[in-house]
Amino acid sequence: MIIENFTPISGFVGGMLVGLAVVLLFWLSGRIAGISGILASVIGKPGPDAVWRYLFLAGLVAAALGWFGVTGDLRVEVEAGPIRVVLAGLLVGFGARLGCGCTSGHGIAGLARFSKRSAVAVVTFFVVALATATLTGVLLPTEGGG
Amino acid sequence: MRLAVAFVSGVVFGLGLILSQMVNPAKILGFLDLSGPWDPTLAVVFLGALAVAVPGMRLVLRRGKPVFGERFALPARGAVDGPLIAGSVVFGIGWGLAGFCPGPAITALVSGEGRVILFVAAMVAGMAAYRIVDRWRTGATDG
Repeated sequence: MIIENFTPISGFVGGMLVGLAVVLLFWLSGRIAGISGILASVIGKPGPDAVWRYLFLAGLVAAALGWFGVTGDLRVEVEAGPIRVVLAGLLVGFGARLGCGCTSGHGIAGLARFSKRSAVAVVTFFVVALATATLTGVLLPTEGGG
Repeated sequence: MRLAVAFVSGVVFGLGLILSQMVNPAKILGFLDLSGPWDPTLAVVFLGALAVAVPGMRLVLRRGKPVFGERFALPARGAVDGPLIAGSVVFGIGWGLAGFCPGPAITALVSGEGRVILFVAAMVAGMAAYRIVDRWRTGATDG
Protein backbone atom coordinates (compact mmCIF):
# COMPACT_ATOMS: atom_id res chain seq x y z
CA MET A 1 0.00 0.00 0.00
CA ILE A 2 1.30 3.43 -0.97
CA ILE A 3 1.32 5.98 1.84
CA GLU A 4 0.62 9.49 0.59
CA ASN A 5 0.15 12.96 2.13
CA PHE A 6 0.88 11.60 5.65
CA THR A 7 1.34 14.50 8.09
CA PRO A 8 1.95 12.80 11.46
CA ILE A 9 3.41 15.70 13.44
CA SER A 10 0.79 18.37 12.69
CA GLY A 11 -1.80 15.60 12.95
CA PHE A 12 -0.68 14.53 16.42
CA VAL A 13 -0.29 18.08 17.74
CA GLY A 14 -3.64 19.11 16.24
CA GLY A 15 -5.22 16.04 17.81
CA MET A 16 -3.72 17.00 21.19
CA LEU A 17 -5.37 20.44 20.88
CA VAL A 18 -8.73 18.79 20.19
CA GLY A 19 -8.24 16.55 23.23
CA LEU A 20 -7.23 19.58 25.30
CA ALA A 21 -10.39 21.44 24.25
CA VAL A 22 -12.54 18.49 25.33
CA VAL A 23 -10.80 18.30 28.73
CA LEU A 24 -10.95 22.09 29.24
CA LEU A 25 -14.68 22.29 28.63
CA PHE A 26 -15.34 19.30 30.89
CA TRP A 27 -13.00 20.42 33.68
CA LEU A 28 -14.21 24.02 33.81
CA SER A 29 -17.87 23.73 32.75
CA GLY A 30 -18.67 20.06 33.23
CA ARG A 31 -19.88 19.79 29.64
CA ILE A 32 -19.11 17.23 26.96
CA ALA A 33 -17.78 18.73 23.71
CA GLY A 34 -19.97 16.72 21.35
CA ILE A 35 -20.47 18.87 18.29
CA SER A 36 -23.58 17.18 16.90
CA GLY A 37 -25.34 17.44 20.27
CA ILE A 38 -24.29 21.07 20.67
CA LEU A 39 -25.47 21.97 17.17
CA ALA A 40 -28.74 20.05 17.44
CA SER A 41 -29.75 21.81 20.64
CA VAL A 42 -29.41 25.29 19.14
CA ILE A 43 -31.49 24.67 16.02
CA GLY A 44 -35.26 25.08 16.11
CA LYS A 45 -36.12 26.74 19.38
CA PRO A 46 -32.99 26.98 21.50
CA GLY A 47 -33.37 26.19 25.21
CA PRO A 48 -32.25 28.37 28.13
CA ASP A 49 -28.80 26.76 28.04
CA ALA A 50 -28.14 27.69 24.42
CA VAL A 51 -25.70 30.58 24.92
CA TRP A 52 -22.62 28.55 25.80
CA ARG A 53 -23.36 26.27 22.84
CA TYR A 54 -23.52 29.22 20.46
CA LEU A 55 -20.24 30.46 21.90
CA PHE A 56 -18.56 27.09 21.48
CA LEU A 57 -19.65 26.97 17.82
CA ALA A 58 -18.57 30.61 17.41
CA GLY A 59 -15.17 29.55 18.78
CA LEU A 60 -14.80 26.98 16.00
CA VAL A 61 -15.55 29.65 13.39
CA ALA A 62 -13.34 32.22 15.14
CA ALA A 63 -10.44 29.75 15.06
CA ALA A 64 -10.84 29.38 11.30
CA LEU A 65 -11.13 33.15 10.80
CA GLY A 66 -8.03 33.77 12.92
CA TRP A 67 -6.08 31.04 11.15
CA PHE A 68 -7.06 32.37 7.75
CA GLY A 69 -6.24 35.91 8.83
CA VAL A 70 -2.73 34.95 9.94
CA THR A 71 -1.75 32.34 7.36
CA GLY A 72 -4.05 33.26 4.45
CA ASP A 73 -4.55 29.56 3.85
CA LEU A 74 -7.42 27.27 4.88
CA ARG A 75 -7.39 24.31 2.59
CA VAL A 76 -10.80 22.66 2.13
CA GLU A 77 -10.98 20.34 -0.88
CA VAL A 78 -14.41 18.81 -1.46
CA GLU A 79 -14.14 15.86 -3.83
CA ALA A 80 -17.82 14.96 -3.71
CA GLY A 81 -20.28 16.67 -6.02
CA PRO A 82 -23.32 18.59 -4.72
CA ILE A 83 -25.73 15.63 -4.76
CA ARG A 84 -23.37 13.44 -2.75
CA VAL A 85 -22.68 16.36 -0.39
CA VAL A 86 -26.39 16.89 0.35
CA LEU A 87 -27.00 13.17 0.85
CA ALA A 88 -23.96 12.98 3.14
CA GLY A 89 -25.14 15.96 5.17
CA LEU A 90 -28.62 14.53 5.68
CA LEU A 91 -27.21 11.16 6.79
CA VAL A 92 -24.58 12.70 9.09
CA GLY A 93 -27.15 14.96 10.77
CA PHE A 94 -29.79 12.28 11.18
CA GLY A 95 -27.37 9.50 12.14
CA ALA A 96 -25.51 11.56 14.72
CA ARG A 97 -28.79 12.32 16.51
CA LEU A 98 -30.14 8.77 16.34
CA GLY A 99 -26.79 7.41 17.53
CA CYS A 100 -26.50 10.07 20.27
CA GLY A 101 -23.17 11.42 19.06
CA CYS A 102 -20.49 11.75 16.39
CA THR A 103 -16.72 11.72 15.98
CA SER A 104 -16.20 14.21 18.85
CA GLY A 105 -18.73 13.12 21.49
CA HIS A 106 -18.31 9.37 21.03
CA GLY A 107 -14.90 9.37 19.33
CA ILE A 108 -12.99 11.51 21.80
CA ALA A 109 -14.97 12.36 24.94
CA GLY A 110 -16.73 8.97 25.07
CA LEU A 111 -13.67 6.83 24.35
CA ALA A 112 -11.60 8.87 26.79
CA ARG A 113 -13.87 7.83 29.65
CA PHE A 114 -14.10 4.25 28.39
CA SER A 115 -17.83 4.37 27.64
CA LYS A 116 -18.96 1.07 26.18
CA ARG A 117 -21.72 2.73 24.12
CA SER A 118 -19.16 5.11 22.62
CA ALA A 119 -16.73 2.30 21.82
CA VAL A 120 -19.46 0.41 19.95
CA ALA A 121 -20.53 3.59 18.12
CA VAL A 122 -16.95 4.44 17.10
CA VAL A 123 -16.15 0.95 15.79
CA THR A 124 -19.46 0.91 13.90
CA PHE A 125 -19.13 4.28 12.21
CA PHE A 126 -15.45 3.76 11.37
CA VAL A 127 -16.07 0.38 9.73
CA VAL A 128 -19.09 1.70 7.81
CA ALA A 129 -17.30 4.90 6.75
CA LEU A 130 -14.24 2.93 5.55
CA ALA A 131 -16.51 0.62 3.53
CA THR A 132 -18.56 3.51 2.12
CA ALA A 133 -15.56 5.64 1.14
CA THR A 134 -13.70 2.69 -0.37
CA LEU A 135 -16.74 1.59 -2.35
CA THR A 136 -17.31 5.17 -3.51
CA GLY A 137 -13.63 5.39 -4.44
CA VAL A 138 -13.91 2.22 -6.55
CA LEU A 139 -17.20 3.17 -8.22
CA LEU A 140 -16.55 6.90 -8.68
CA PRO A 141 -12.76 7.21 -9.02
CA THR A 142 -12.91 10.49 -10.94
CA GLU A 143 -12.57 13.74 -9.01
CA GLY A 144 -15.69 15.77 -8.49
CA GLY A 145 -18.00 12.93 -9.51
CA GLY A 146 -21.60 12.36 -8.46
CA MET B 1 -17.11 32.65 33.08
CA ARG B 2 -18.65 29.46 31.73
CA LEU B 3 -19.45 31.35 28.55
CA ALA B 4 -15.81 32.40 28.14
CA VAL B 5 -14.77 28.80 28.76
CA ALA B 6 -17.09 27.57 26.01
CA PHE B 7 -15.70 30.09 23.52
CA VAL B 8 -12.04 29.35 24.35
CA SER B 9 -12.67 25.62 24.20
CA GLY B 10 -14.30 26.08 20.78
CA VAL B 11 -11.29 28.07 19.56
CA VAL B 12 -8.81 25.43 20.78
CA PHE B 13 -10.94 22.67 19.27
CA GLY B 14 -11.11 24.51 15.95
CA LEU B 15 -7.37 25.23 15.88
CA GLY B 16 -6.73 21.52 16.46
CA LEU B 17 -8.99 20.57 13.57
CA ILE B 18 -7.31 23.11 11.29
CA LEU B 19 -3.71 22.29 12.27
CA SER B 20 -4.35 18.57 11.79
CA GLN B 21 -6.09 19.38 8.45
CA MET B 22 -9.19 17.52 9.56
CA VAL B 23 -11.18 20.47 8.16
CA ASN B 24 -10.14 19.24 4.73
CA PRO B 25 -12.47 16.42 3.62
CA ALA B 26 -9.87 15.25 1.07
CA LYS B 27 -7.67 14.41 4.07
CA ILE B 28 -10.48 12.41 5.73
CA LEU B 29 -11.24 10.51 2.52
CA GLY B 30 -7.51 9.87 2.10
CA PHE B 31 -7.83 7.80 5.26
CA LEU B 32 -11.29 6.28 4.74
CA ASP B 33 -10.90 5.40 1.04
CA LEU B 34 -8.67 2.33 0.85
CA SER B 35 -8.99 2.02 -2.94
CA GLY B 36 -6.05 4.36 -3.66
CA PRO B 37 -2.96 5.72 -1.87
CA TRP B 38 -3.54 5.85 1.88
CA ASP B 39 -3.11 8.74 4.32
CA PRO B 40 -2.96 7.50 7.94
CA THR B 41 -3.17 11.03 9.44
CA LEU B 42 -6.73 10.66 10.81
CA ALA B 43 -5.61 7.79 13.07
CA VAL B 44 -2.72 9.88 14.40
CA VAL B 45 -5.11 12.76 15.16
CA PHE B 46 -7.26 10.43 17.26
CA LEU B 47 -4.14 9.14 19.02
CA GLY B 48 -3.09 12.70 19.84
CA ALA B 49 -6.57 13.61 21.09
CA LEU B 50 -6.86 10.51 23.26
CA ALA B 51 -3.29 10.93 24.58
CA VAL B 52 -4.55 14.15 26.20
CA ALA B 53 -8.20 13.29 26.81
CA VAL B 54 -7.77 9.88 28.50
CA PRO B 55 -5.56 11.09 31.38
CA GLY B 56 -7.27 14.51 31.33
CA MET B 57 -10.82 13.23 31.75
CA ARG B 58 -9.60 10.78 34.39
CA LEU B 59 -8.01 13.59 36.41
CA VAL B 60 -11.04 15.84 36.02
CA LEU B 61 -13.50 13.13 37.06
CA ARG B 62 -11.52 12.69 40.27
CA ARG B 63 -12.82 16.11 41.27
CA GLY B 64 -16.39 15.98 42.46
CA LYS B 65 -17.61 18.80 40.23
CA PRO B 66 -16.48 21.20 37.51
CA VAL B 67 -14.66 24.43 38.45
CA PHE B 68 -17.54 26.66 37.32
CA GLY B 69 -20.57 24.48 37.86
CA GLU B 70 -22.43 22.19 40.20
CA ARG B 71 -22.08 18.87 38.44
CA PHE B 72 -20.69 17.07 35.40
CA ALA B 73 -23.28 16.74 32.61
CA LEU B 74 -22.54 13.14 31.68
CA PRO B 75 -24.71 11.04 29.39
CA ALA B 76 -26.25 8.05 31.16
CA ARG B 77 -24.15 4.92 30.91
CA GLY B 78 -26.90 2.94 29.24
CA ALA B 79 -26.76 -0.32 27.36
CA VAL B 80 -25.84 -0.68 23.71
CA ASP B 81 -29.15 -0.55 21.84
CA GLY B 82 -30.61 -0.57 18.33
CA PRO B 83 -30.76 3.20 17.81
CA LEU B 84 -27.08 3.57 18.81
CA ILE B 85 -26.00 1.03 16.18
CA ALA B 86 -28.44 2.22 13.50
CA GLY B 87 -27.48 5.85 14.06
CA SER B 88 -23.79 5.03 13.88
CA VAL B 89 -24.31 3.09 10.63
CA VAL B 90 -26.21 6.02 9.06
CA PHE B 91 -23.61 8.48 10.34
CA GLY B 92 -20.80 6.29 8.98
CA ILE B 93 -22.35 6.18 5.50
CA GLY B 94 -22.68 9.96 5.45
CA TRP B 95 -19.15 10.49 6.78
CA GLY B 96 -17.69 8.09 4.21
CA LEU B 97 -19.61 9.66 1.31
CA ALA B 98 -18.11 13.14 1.56
CA GLY B 99 -15.47 13.11 4.33
CA PHE B 100 -17.28 15.62 6.51
CA CYS B 101 -18.33 15.24 10.14
CA PRO B 102 -20.00 18.02 12.16
CA GLY B 103 -17.05 19.82 13.84
CA PRO B 104 -14.81 20.09 10.78
CA ALA B 105 -17.77 21.08 8.58
CA ILE B 106 -18.72 24.02 10.81
CA THR B 107 -15.09 25.13 11.05
CA ALA B 108 -14.64 24.78 7.28
CA LEU B 109 -17.58 27.15 6.64
CA VAL B 110 -15.03 29.98 6.83
CA SER B 111 -13.48 28.75 3.57
CA GLY B 112 -16.61 30.05 1.83
CA GLU B 113 -16.69 26.92 -0.35
CA GLY B 114 -20.28 26.43 -1.58
CA ARG B 115 -20.41 22.70 -0.94
CA VAL B 116 -19.40 23.15 2.71
CA ILE B 117 -22.38 25.46 3.18
CA LEU B 118 -24.53 22.91 1.33
CA PHE B 119 -23.29 20.14 3.63
CA VAL B 120 -23.96 22.09 6.83
CA ALA B 121 -27.46 23.06 5.62
CA ALA B 122 -28.23 19.41 4.81
CA MET B 123 -26.81 18.30 8.17
CA VAL B 124 -29.07 20.74 10.03
CA ALA B 125 -32.00 19.48 7.93
CA GLY B 126 -31.08 15.90 8.88
CA MET B 127 -31.09 16.86 12.57
CA ALA B 128 -34.45 18.58 12.18
CA ALA B 129 -35.80 15.49 10.41
CA TYR B 130 -34.63 13.36 13.31
CA ARG B 131 -36.46 15.62 15.74
CA ILE B 132 -39.71 15.16 13.81
CA VAL B 133 -39.28 11.39 13.54
CA ASP B 134 -38.37 11.14 17.22
CA ARG B 135 -41.38 13.20 18.30
CA TRP B 136 -43.65 11.08 16.14
CA ARG B 137 -42.09 7.85 17.45
CA THR B 138 -42.29 8.74 21.14
CA GLY B 139 -45.73 10.27 20.62
CA ALA B 140 -46.88 7.05 18.99
CA THR B 141 -45.63 4.84 21.82
CA ASP B 142 -46.88 7.15 24.56
CA GLY B 143 -50.33 7.58 23.07
